[in-house]
Amino acid sequence: MNVHDPGPPGDSGLTVRDLAVNYGPVTALRGVSLDVPRGAVVTVLGGNGAGKSTLLRAISGTLRFHRGGVGSGAVAFGGRKLSGASTSAVVAHGVVQVPEGRKVFARMTVEENLRAGALGARDRRAAAEARQRVLTLFPVLAERARQRAGLLSGGEQQMLAIGRALMARPKLLLLDEPTLGLAPMMALRIADTVREINAQGTTVLLVEQNAALALSLATHAYVLEVGRVVLSGPAAELAESDEVRRRYLGIGDDRDEALLSGAPSIRPALSRWSA
Amino acid sequence: MTTFLELLVNGISIGAVYALIALGFVIIFKATEVVNFAHASLLLVGGFIVAKTHESVGFWLALLLGLAGAAAVGALIEFAVIRRANVISHSILAIVTIGVDIVLTTELTRQIGTEVLALGDPWGSEVLHLGAVNIPLARIAALVTASLVIALFLLAFKYTNWGVAMRATAEDAETAALMGVRRGRVSMGAWAVAGALAALAALFMCIFPTPGLDRTVTATAMKAFPAAILGGLDSTTGALAGGLIIGVTESLVGGYQSELVFLGRGLGDVAPFLVMIIILLIRPAGLFGTRELARV
Ligand SMILES: Nc1ncnc2c1ncn2[C@@H]1O[C@H](COP(=O)(O)OP(=O)(O)OP(=O)(O)O)[C@@H](O)[C@H]1O
Ligand SMILES: [Mg+2]
Repeated sequence: MNVHDPGPPGDSGLTVRDLAVNYGPVTALRGVSLDVPRGAVVTVLGGNGAGKSTLLRAISGTLRFHRGGVGSGAVAFGGRKLSGASTSAVVAHGVVQVPEGRKVFARMTVEENLRAGALGARDRRAAAEARQRVLTLFPVLAERARQRAGLLSGGEQQMLAIGRALMARPKLLLLDEPTLGLAPMMALRIADTVREINAQGTTVLLVEQNAALALSLATHAYVLEVGRVVLSGPAAELAESDEVRRRYLGIGDDRDEALLSGAPSIRPALSRWSA
Repeated sequence: MTTFLELLVNGISIGAVYALIALGFVIIFKATEVVNFAHASLLLVGGFIVAKTHESVGFWLALLLGLAGAAAVGALIEFAVIRRANVISHSILAIVTIGVDIVLTTELTRQIGTEVLALGDPWGSEVLHLGAVNIPLARIAALVTASLVIALFLLAFKYTNWGVAMRATAEDAETAALMGVRRGRVSMGAWAVAGALAALAALFMCIFPTPGLDRTVTATAMKAFPAAILGGLDSTTGALAGGLIIGVTESLVGGYQSELVFLGRGLGDVAPFLVMIIILLIRPAGLFGTRELARV
């Protein structure tokens, strides 16, 4: 597998350089470098405890909520340094995270959740536009507007979590295992949404354990193991590599293979579902 | 019957004032997860400012100064002490607020000494006669103002960006931060609002039939603690209900003291705490709360 080329210096996407993160005495990431060019979908794969969420926390500046901190290294987006910035500053720079486990505000209504998503952005007209875009993407959220978010199904909660993040009009969307715990059909639906969001001009960094799905979405992929990048390269290349096939895709698993190749037989059902 | 009605209206009036205090207590807890034992001293600050300024600037401006002053002291406590919440545990911060309370209360009671300070309110000791029922004007003013302020507060909590940010932070501070909410601002705002509410409560606790502001006002304010706790520490509805329950209980038990004399004297003062204990035995998280005090 080829070592990833850091890309041209003028590139204004997300750059992570030699990042090390500790939770007290526990080192969760070491020497992690990665790039998310503007307009791309990049995925980070890895098993439980590999450090995927830690990476996103380091980017968003929420490590302090977990008594963790950046030991060394740097994170920058669009040429601006994010490491050391407050979470609200990171959001203001257009980097918005959908956390693992959706984390909708269960006691608030769907409408209020969306409103909360726009709290970081000051521009009112922009918020109205963003809301329109979100409701077009997820019509179900308009139907459920006055319902408590805690009463939504898992899939609907994930849509709400993504919609809420889009309310801040992100330039870079960080997704932490968006298909976790969802039925395969719903996972595909989320994947389609991610494609669409990307097509509308938002750069995406997708963290996943569902390697088949993630590799079908991404242009570039990184594999994390115990806090280190062990593999990286173009997603198609990684999907073909024996190592990834064996460890993350499961050799001989026809369902995953079908998923990976786009699963044309499932598509019609999918569009019917989303109607 | 008239006695009952009078006691009831008085109870609701004082209950609304307790609700003001409890509400402040609850929003501080929601925003910062700190049980604020310095709340009574915020009350003292507000009342003291009104008492010291009303003669020179007039009552209404003095009231405004009192509200602003208590809000500022609240914000200052947040900035100087509560900001450390990421470093120190919430239980330790709660103990630190006891320290703050002692410092503020000691200094202010020293200033007040043995005096009873008038607050210069326009209602004086006038009594409104509604048929056979007699209610002091000051109690009506308390009831009306507290109700309006509480309604305004709840509307803001429900419909403004400030309210949405507060509730989001209370539910999940990390996720709220991911929305770009600045936690420091939210928590400072909560302390300032709580301070202003406490100052308003101070006014209505120190006017007729109370002779004025004296060093015992913090003890009276303490009755709002059971109000907040029995309603549920993290529930604004609970603060309201708790305030009313305590106010009405206290008023009725106090009023019918002579009939209840077999239970001992001073029952009106203990009744709020008894009610709290009974409710907590049945519902450990309070009437509307989601968190048990043991987990604080
Ligand atoms: N608050 C914490 N305190 C101490 N160690 C932590 C903390 N959070 C995570 N860790 C450790 O850091 C490592 C990486 O955790 P992280 O949550 O980033 O993994 P992950 O790849 O997101 O896993 P999963 O797929 O299960 O979500 C793990 O070894 C974990 O035990
Ligand atoms: Mg994770």
